[in-house]
Amino acid sequence: MFGLSTFKHGVHPREYKELSNQLPIRRLPFAPTLVLPLSQHAGKPSVPLVQPGQEVVRGQPIAAADGFMSVPLHAPATGRIKRIELMPTARGPKTDSFILEVYQGSNQQHSYDNPQDLAKLQGKDIVQLVQDAGMVGLGGAAFPTHVKMTPPPEHQVDTLVANGCECEPYLTCDHRIMLEQPEQLIQGTRLIMRALGVERAIIGIEDNKLDAVKAISELLPAHDPITVQAVETKYPQGAEKMLIKSVLGRSVPPGSFPSAVGVSVFNVGTLAQIGELLPHGRGVIERVVTVSGPGVEHPGNYLVPVGTPVRFLLEHAGVTSGAHEVILGGPMMGMSVSALDVPVTKAMSGMVVLEQNDPDLHKQQAHPCIRCGWCVEACPMQLNPSMLGMLAASSDYDEMANDYHLNDCFECGSCSYVCPSNIPLVQYFRIAKSVLRERAEVA
Amino acid sequence: MAEGGLTTDLRSSPHLKQATTVEDIMRNVVYALLPVCAWAIYAFGLSVLLLLVTTTLVCIASEALFCRLANRPSTIGDWSIVITGLLLALTLPPGFPLWMAAVAAFVAVGLGKALFGGLGYNVMNPALVGRAFVQAAFPVAITTWTPPFLPGRFSELIPSTLTLPFTKPEPVVDWIEQNRIDAFTGATPLALQKFEQITTPVADLLTGTIAGSAGETSALIILLGGIYLAARKMLDWRIPVGVLLGAVLVSLPMWLLDAGRYPDPLFVLLSGGLMLGAVFMASDMVGSPVTPSGVWIYALFIGALTVIIRLFGGLTEGVMYAILLGNVISPLISRVTQPRIFGEEGKR
Repeated sequence: MFGLSTFKHGVHPREYKELSNQLPIRRLPFAPTLVLPLSQHAGKPSVPLVQPGQEVVRGQPIAAADGFMSVPLHAPATGRIKRIELMPTARGPKTDSFILEVYQGSNQQHSYDNPQDLAKLQGKDIVQLVQDAGMVGLGGAAFPTHVKMTPPPEHQVDTLVANGCECEPYLTCDHRIMLEQPEQLIQGTRLIMRALGVERAIIGIEDNKLDAVKAISELLPAHDPITVQAVETKYPQGAEKMLIKSVLGRSVPPGSFPSAVGVSVFNVGTLAQIGELLPHGRGVIERVVTVSGPGVEHPGNYLVPVGTPVRFLLEHAGVTSGAHEVILGGPMMGMSVSALDVPVTKAMSGMVVLEQNDPDLHKQQAHPCIRCGWCVEACPMQLNPSMLGMLAASSDYDEMANDYHLNDCFECGSCSYVCPSNIPLVQYFRIAKSVLRERAEVA
Repeated sequence: MAEGGLTTDLRSSPHLKQATTVEDIMRNVVYALLPVCAWAIYAFGLSVLLLLVTTTLVCIASEALFCRLANRPSTIGDWSIVITGLLLALTLPPGFPLWMAAVAAFVAVGLGKALFGGLGYNVMNPALVGRAFVQAAFPVAITTWTPPFLPGRFSELIPSTLTLPFTKPEPVVDWIEQNRIDAFTGATPLALQKFEQITTPVADLLTGTIAGSAGETSALIILLGGIYLAARKMLDWRIPVGVLLGAVLVSLPMWLLDAGRYPDPLFVLLSGGLMLGAVFMASDMVGSPVTPSGVWIYALFIGALTVIIRLFGGLTEGVMYAILLGNVISPLISRVTQPRIFGEEGKR
C-alpha cells in the first residue's frame, strides 16, 4: 500500500500467515513432565523457593527474582518437583531447571490468585507487580518487562509503542491475541502508560492484519490517548528501531535504547498478558505459541504451559513424514533446535517445521560476492553487509567493528535472505562478534 | 540425529531464502543480450554469427582451462562467461578476423577474470579487457568498418573474417566497392561527426542502420534489453541512467557553445558504444560500487569521461576506456561513500 508509514530498506519474504491466522487460540493439555529453566530471561537466573520432592500448586511462585535484573518463576501446573538439574535449552547451554511432574487430572483453572485494586495502583506498584508476575518480553527478546518500564532518569519517555507487527513469516500468535484479547491488550497498555507516566500510546500493526487494527480500534473511544496505526508489511518492521521510525519518525541512535528518543516499546502479547494477569496478581505460566510450517499436520495457535517439551507440542500438532527441520521462533531469526527435549520458554513465540524438499531450504553452494548490492539495499540498519562479508572472509574482525559498524547489526537476516550468491552473511557476523567478544574478555 | 523423519540439523538463520541466484541473474542478462545478437547478425550477416560463436566458445574453453589450472571447481555453468563471450563479440567490428577475436576472448578470461581469482574478484569488465587488448594489438583491424545490410551478407563472409592466424587481414575496400555500395566511406557515425561534421539521423541511430561495432548499432534494442533487466531487478537502473546523464551533462554545454563543431546531446547518447556500454557493461555488478551514492558517482563519471574522450581526445569513441577506468576506481568510490547508518543520517 502506498503512503503507509514505514522504514527504509528491508525485505518482503513470503508470509505464509494463511496457514494459521484464521485458527483461534486452543489450549494444549499438560505434558506429563514440565521442564522449567530458572533462567528464561535476560539477566540473572531466578533463585529456587521450593525443594525437590515438594508439591506445588498451579500459579505458585517457585523461584524468586535475584535482584532488579531478574524475574521470578511460577509453577504452570499442580504437581511435584522431582528434581533440579542441568537441562538443555533452545538457546544453547544447559541451565538449571525444575523438573515438574504434573499430577494426573490436574486442571488448567487458576487457583493461586492475589487480586489487586487497579484503580489504586501507583506507578511503582505496577512496576513491582509486573516483576512479580515474572513478565518478560514475549516477542522473543525475553528482556524483563519491569526494567523497560524504568527508563534511565536522564531519558524523558513520552510515548509507549505497542509492537503488533509480527513481521516474521508463519507466526500468527500476536495476530490472534490482538483479535481475541483486545480488551486485555488495552488494559495492559493503560497500566504501563500509568507506570511510565506517558500521555500517548501507539499500537503499530502491519497492514496484513487490518482485522486486528479494526478489532482494537472499535474498543477505543474517540480522542483516546491510545491510537492504532497500520504500518507497511515489511520485514523487519517488528524490530524496535524500525517500528519507532515507522510510527513516530524518530531514529534511535546507534548503540542506544529507545528511551533515548523518548519511547518504550512493548510487544502486544506482553501487554495483553499484563492486562490479563495483573488484576488477579498472577504470574506468567502459559503463552500462545504458533506451530506452523509445511512440516506440521495441524498448524495452529496453541496456549502452551511454560515448560512443555517441544516434542510434546509437536506430537500434538503432528508432523508430516517429510518434516525435516524444527525452528524455534520465526524462520528469519529463529534457531533450528538441537534436541526435541528442550522446553517451551516464556519468550518462544513460534515453532516452524520445514520439510526436506522445501524450496526455501536452498542448500546450494555459496558463490563469491558479485557486489550486486542487494544486501546494501536490504539492510534496515543501512550497513554494508557486502563489505562486512568480504572482511569476515579475510578475518579482519577489528576493521568490521571499527569501520563498518558490525555491532549495530542485530542479525535480522535480511542480507542473507536476498544474497544471490548464498553467502551466509549473518552467520559470518555472529562469528565475528563472538570472536571479538572473547578477545575483549581475554584482554 | 533423526527422529521419525525429523532431524535436528543445526542451520543458522535465516531459514528462508529468496529464489534468485547468481545463475538466474547471469542467465537473464544472456536473455537480454540475445535480441542484440540477433540484430547484429541480421544487420551484418554470417560474419557476426561466426564472431559470436568464436568468442563465446573460446571464453568457455578458457574459463574451463583456467579453473582447472587454478584447481577451482569449474564455473562455466554460472553463465557469466557466456555474457563475457557475447559482449566481447558485440564490441568488435563485424569483419574482425576470427583468430584475433579468439585472442581477445582468451585475454578477456585470462587477464580480465582468472588472474584475479574468477567471478566476483575481477576488477575490470573482462570483455572490455579483451577488447582493449586487441585495440592495442591490432589497431587497423579494430577500426575497419563495413556497411550493414549488404545483399550478400547471408551467403558470403566479409573477406577479413577468415584471415589466417598471424597474418594481416585482407583490406575490405575493394570488396565494398565490388558490392557497389555508394558513398560508404567506411566510417562510423562518430567518425563522420568528428572529422566531417556530418550528423547521422537519429532514426538511423535508434534502429541501427549504420556502421559500427557488431552489437552497438541499435540503441533501441539495447534499451529494451536494459528495461527487461531493470524490471526484473537484475540491473541497477541508476547506472545506465547515470551514465547517460553524465554524457548529457558534458555534451550539452559544449553543443550550446558551438553547435557547428560539437554534436548535439541526443546524437551523443545514441551513437557509438555508449548505449551498449551503459546498459550492459558499466552495469556489470562486479565492477560497480555497492553504495547508493557511489553508484551515482561511478555512473556519472563514466558518462562524462566518455564524452570528454570523444570530444577532446584523439579517439572517436571513449566508452571502453571510461568504463575500465570506472571499474578501477569503483572500490575507492565504495570506500569513500559508505552509507550513513540508521540513526546517524544527517550527522557528520
